[in-house]
Amino acid sequence: MAEDRKELSPEEKARLRAEFEKEWRKELRKSVPVKARTAIGRRKMPERPAGERNRDFKEVNIGLTVEEAREEARRCLDCANPQCVTGCPVSIDIPSFVKLIEAGRFLEAAWKLKETNSLPAICGRVCPQESQCEEVCALRKATGVSVAIGNLERFAADFERGGGAVNIPPLPPPTGKKAAVIGAGPSGLTVAGDLAKLGHKVTIFEALHESGGVLIYGIPEFRLPKAILKAEVDYLRRLGVEIRTSFVVGMTATIDDLRAEGYEAFFIGSGAGLPNFMKIPGENLVGVYSANEYLTRVNLMRAYDFPAHDTPVAVAKTAAVIGGGNVAMDSVRTAKRLGAERAVIVYRRSRTEMPARTEEIHHAEEEGIEFQLLTTPIRYFGDAYGRVRAMECQKMGLGEPDASGRRRPIPIEGSEYTMDVDLVVCAIGQSPNPLIPQTTPGLRVGKWGNVEVDWATMATNLPGVYAGGDIIRGGATVILAMGDARVAAAEMDKYLRGVRRGPGSLGSAGGP
Amino acid sequence: MPIILDRRRLVPNLHLIEVHAPEVARKCRPGQFVIIMPDEKGERIPLSVADWDAARGSVTAVFLVVGTSTRKLAALKAGDEVPVFVGPLGRASEIAPFGTVVLAAGCFGIGALWPVARALKAAGNKVIALIDAKAEYLVYWKDRYVSVCDKVLFSARDDALDSKDFIPKPLEELLKAEAPVARVIAVGCTYLMYASSRATKPLGIKTIVSLNPIMVDGTGMCGACRCTAAGKTKFACVDGPDFDGHTVDWDELFARRKSYVEDEVRSLCRYEETELP
Repeated sequence: MAEDRKELSPEEKARLRAEFEKEWRKELRKSVPVKARTAIGRRKMPERPAGERNRDFKEVNIGLTVEEAREEARRCLDCANPQCVTGCPVSIDIPSFVKLIEAGRFLEAAWKLKETNSLPAICGRVCPQESQCEEVCALRKATGVSVAIGNLERFAADFERGGGAVNIPPLPPPTGKKAAVIGAGPSGLTVAGDLAKLGHKVTIFEALHESGGVLIYGIPEFRLPKAILKAEVDYLRRLGVEIRTSFVVGMTATIDDLRAEGYEAFFIGSGAGLPNFMKIPGENLVGVYSANEYLTRVNLMRAYDFPAHDTPVAVAKTAAVIGGGNVAMDSVRTAKRLGAERAVIVYRRSRTEMPARTEEIHHAEEEGIEFQLLTTPIRYFGDAYGRVRAMECQKMGLGEPDASGRRRPIPIEGSEYTMDVDLVVCAIGQSPNPLIPQTTPGLRVGKWGNVEVDWATMATNLPGVYAGGDIIRGGATVILAMGDARVAAAEMDKYLRGVRRGPGSLGSAGGP
Repeated sequence: MPIILDRRRLVPNLHLIEVHAPEVARKCRPGQFVIIMPDEKGERIPLSVADWDAARGSVTAVFLVVGTSTRKLAALKAGDEVPVFVGPLGRASEIAPFGTVVLAAGCFGIGALWPVARALKAAGNKVIALIDAKAEYLVYWKDRYVSVCDKVLFSARDDALDSKDFIPKPLEELLKAEAPVARVIAVGCTYLMYASSRATKPLGIKTIVSLNPIMVDGTGMCGACRCTAAGKTKFACVDGPDFDGHTVDWDELFARRKSYVEDEVRSLCRYEETELP
């Protein structure tokens, strides 16, 4: 988002400039006049027909062809002072990878991406580019329509993976230093990749039985196929990263225990694994889920393939999903795919304030999702068996903007009505998971349960312990988590190189 | 993947499983639980720890066969591997010198309460176990209880066990005979915990129950296990599993435990008819 735009460092500027000045870039720029570039229309991402895709879990977007990608890349003006890079939380050298695509050097484009982003196939799919790199694209200023940077990122990463030519960069000699990464989500995977490339021995400790964090339990197959995630995780393994699944730091071992085992630097990326509820009557009825539970059952546990997989999930006639973010869109589109006759978004503000990506809202509409906007549930009604059967809703008006900058919803008295539902998914946000804060003595925590860090270094108050992603932000995006991770990894590298080997300094381990 | 060291039927439908999990074994405390998956397609099932051996690096749980995943678990044998065995999870039971403590144990709870009995005795309590079972042939680990408890009684309709009734009546009689009782800890099926709590409430005896709602991740991430205690929504996996039985919303727990009954039956029938060798 705009407030996340940052000044590039002098080194980053010099790096971009050096690429910009290269002969091939100059020639490529000259080869097509600016007017001809701006005249090309943006390539629409090809997608499967709505009536077909809303019955299965296969990916919605198909991806650009080689020709489409080169044509799209040709639209990029290759600015001398590229704003897109400032809009990217991990400062990808966007002009370079886009121009490599235009030149037909697709593998090099992928490698260029991977210099700054270990997970391009994922970011190309789930980043909110329209409010980051693409928002500040010069072409958007000139013509109103930005270069499809996200689609191109996805193209390059998919091309590399599809060709089986995944490049493992030369690794420096091992430093002999051990780093522990807590959580195999977007931030943890990024830290692990960066540290491994710097020669450190990295172990990721993951509580669930599969890696990916929100990428595996939260984001559905139709938006991010598991095979893509698996390929990205395999890439990290090939960099030498060890991943220990089913290991709950805080319970199986504390940070102090791991310190005693020789880990010297730690990254806490344990995420926003604590679902929020509205605390309204009837919320614990059977059939009322948190989005985390609903999506985890379907994605991680494969409930869409019940009974071939043992984990069930409620299949509804009418599903109501509360909320207007990407998680709400993922939940409602999942409910539709599982066979709901009606799948309804219930959101308390208007379309303008919806935090979900435009593309996701648009896809949901195409797939037959209903939207009841300016509406909030105020209670749920159950049947004799304690199962949800209806919800009472209230209409809302909009007042002045609140702290989030969005207009505040105001209940309209007397507007209550009842709607029959047999499934409710509460997708109103998450808070930081409390396990690590509770089990790490002395770790400084903010009032929302978030781990507190120095934002310049991502360092917590404990020596050698860093944090990033939703455990400090409380519920943000994949790419912001990765941005935190890149900063943390660079600082952890400095810490590891400066630190003397020896026992931990935090006193005795907490266990029995 | 974690290796199974032992899997044995203790009594009909109740099995013991001992898994090699040295890190979990090192950290286990009474009242905690683990999550196990029988195979890649299985559910994540929470099981109370029934014993552990840090030297052998093993953790033991006792489980009741209720659905497909527990049916699969019951078919595993020593040497097999399970894809997931994670823990210990949840808060440990409170262990302190309370005075006289009555343990009401039934079903898998006989296993789950064993480490609690041992720890309470070591903490200097007078420990009385009331084991609830339909009949003598369904009682297991009697020797273990006899070895640490001051008294072991049975509630059953079985002359062999010198008992004519189930909980709550024998519990009420026991509490009267042993007064003052400082605390009751009830672990077993939801009904046993509910009935024990109801019996002790008028007597004002603090009663701890180990709640057994459906769970998925077991780390507070999903909220499947939410229950109401003292008027507040709690997550049994991280706020519990132990709660004050007098404050639990039992109707809600009974309903939520039945969330997937039809699915579970369908899944188990399909498994037994099509996949079971």
